[in-house]
Amino acid sequence: MPQYANIAVSILFDGLAYAMFLFIVSVGLSVTMGLMGFVNLAHGAFAMAGGYFVVSLTTQLGVPFVPALLISSVMIALISVVFERLLYTRLYKAGELDQVLLTIGLAFMAIATFTYFYGPIPKSVPLPSWLEGQVNLGFRAFPTYRAFLIGVGVFLIAVLWYTFERTNIGAKIRAAVDNRRMAQSVGINVDLLFTATFAVGSGLAALGGGLAIQLFGLNPSFAVVYLVLFLIVVAVGGLGSMKGTLVAALVLGVFDTAGKYLLPDAGGFFIYAITLLILLVKPAGLYGREQ
Amino acid sequence: MKDLLKTVGLAALAVGLMSAAQAETIKIGVVLPYSGVNADLGNQIDKAFDLYVKLHAKDIAPHTVQIIKRDEGPPSGAQAKTVTTELITNDKVNVLAGYVFSPSAIASAPVVTQAKIPMAIANAGTAWITNLSPYIVRFSFSMWHTGYPMGTYAATKLGCKTAAMGYTDFPPGKDSTEAFKTAFEKAGGKVSEAIPMGNPAQVPDFTPFFQRIKDAKPDCMYIFIPSGAHATGVMKSYGEIGMRAAGVKLIGPMDLVPDNKLQDMGDAAIGTLIMTHYAVDFDTPENKAFVKAWQDAYGANSYPDFMSAQGWDTMSAIFDTIKKLDGKVDGEKFVETLKNWKGTGPRGVVSIDPATRDIVQDEHAATVYRKPDGKLGIKSVDVMKGVKDECKTLKIGRCGS
Repeated sequence: MPQYANIAVSILFDGLAYAMFLFIVSVGLSVTMGLMGFVNLAHGAFAMAGGYFVVSLTTQLGVPFVPALLISSVMIALISVVFERLLYTRLYKAGELDQVLLTIGLAFMAIATFTYFYGPIPKSVPLPSWLEGQVNLGFRAFPTYRAFLIGVGVFLIAVLWYTFERTNIGAKIRAAVDNRRMAQSVGINVDLLFTATFAVGSGLAALGGGLAIQLFGLNPSFAVVYLVLFLIVVAVGGLGSMKGTLVAALVLGVFDTAGKYLLPDAGGFFIYAITLLILLVKPAGLYGREQ
Repeated sequence: MKDLLKTVGLAALAVGLMSAAQAETIKIGVVLPYSGVNADLGNQIDKAFDLYVKLHAKDIAPHTVQIIKRDEGPPSGAQAKTVTTELITNDKVNVLAGYVFSPSAIASAPVVTQAKIPMAIANAGTAWITNLSPYIVRFSFSMWHTGYPMGTYAATKLGCKTAAMGYTDFPPGKDSTEAFKTAFEKAGGKVSEAIPMGNPAQVPDFTPFFQRIKDAKPDCMYIFIPSGAHATGVMKSYGEIGMRAAGVKLIGPMDLVPDNKLQDMGDAAIGTLIMTHYAVDFDTPENKAFVKAWQDAYGANSYPDFMSAQGWDTMSAIFDTIKKLDGKVDGEKFVETLKNWKGTGPRGVVSIDPATRDIVQDEHAATVYRKPDGKLGIKSVDVMKGVKDECKTLKIGRCGS
């Protein structure tokens, strides 16, 4: 394979794996923000908590990696409902500043709590042997774990797309994002819908957190360190749009990787430059509705 | 009235002299990262400090030490400067010890100069740090202790003709790669590129950087990262994209394979060549005693690493100084004694060069291998005796000022 094609494949592959991680974590954040206009800065904390549950399940209880991912997501989804019902509902009508203060406070409390129980030292997770090493696709070899990550991402996209576009619940969510008062007046229980999407979004964040351990390691500061990235994806994609989140994750993931690969001196800056550019042209994000 | 004053004055003097002859409490301010992604670096030194104090408290009798710990914070240096100032002005410490990150030591240097309080560095390795204040004495290393010999070794012994360099983008990263490059090119090698790989506050995904290096096919890849979680990340990416099989040798300072992370690194680490002054496996009586004391205190699965060894020697030098000065510690005398210190610790014989206040120690070219018991180990394959900081010897850049 010629050198430039090889480079392009490298960038696309790593960029895609990165994009899948961004998408899985951010999609829930985007939909809940679009649905309720609720700014949930504790979203990263749910991802972090999911990661720690995977660590505990695998290293202390001996659960294999993939079932541990699923159990952890379901647990976080359920726990997030408790938070939503106890705390979040009280602030749905409050101003954005109150919401930001509540949720960033939750994120800091989560960091302190997880530091207390797990310590500040980064954790890693034992992978099954079939996820280690490289997989050969004939023309070249790829890291197995990243291929797995892409596979999980594609599967979730398919499931979410189907739910969003082809089911009754999906239609209700889209209706509520478009016009909440109208949706309510035709009898859609938006509160219940929101609780459900909040739970699914948090569960997905937890799944992303678990999947990210192998890429970035896991320590309590995960809750805020990567939050910036998730917010960028949401802002670039447009609030409440699944398609937007996907496209934004792909664009940012691939461009960030390309920047690091081709121009390592300026690599870290690339993702911000792209964000700035897109938001200058489309302030509401790629698929956001202009106010 | 005059007599009364005289009597009171004499009494005060007498009390003062008496208390001077009595037991002193020396306050040691410890500045280490206790939070964030790099907390385990602080943890490795903190444990060594505590262990030394626990085992050697009686050596300085009748004097005692009081350890006051503060969080160095993120690697930007701002918080380190704040806590250093607080330790000096509020807690009135007699000596400062710790400092994992170069920016922390750099930012705090003017504070210790002004306060005339000695700073005993247990890690921060940017070469020119010791030039910033006459009160700084370094017990760890300069980036040139490892980078410079590694450059020569890679070109002459490993047969590397070309090398790519990757580094975490802050002062020691630039310093380490410059050290390597200077020696490597002097020995006839050619450095193809130097890639900055993010900042030390978070562990990046190293894959895009390494993929670029892999596609360029250099003989060697010299990597500097600030140990800890970064090291684990480097080894994951290096293994995942199959770089060793592609013929790119991984070399660098000991930060690549810290002993406390080594066992989790797996096969990817085998064959990594480092330049180091310490490994748990080094077979000397002092090191065996050190590792045993460590594992008795912290458990059989806990390993000290090079930072722990540096921490141990730092505290050992502080204790020796307290003993020598019989507890009468003023800044000038303290730093004077510290900079003439010589001792035998986990690293072997180490001493301070009084002219530069930097360490002189043996450096080993060492490689990672699988031991017969299935664990990973580090063995010395070559040793350079009594290595000084070459940056200050050659007076390169800020090392000359």
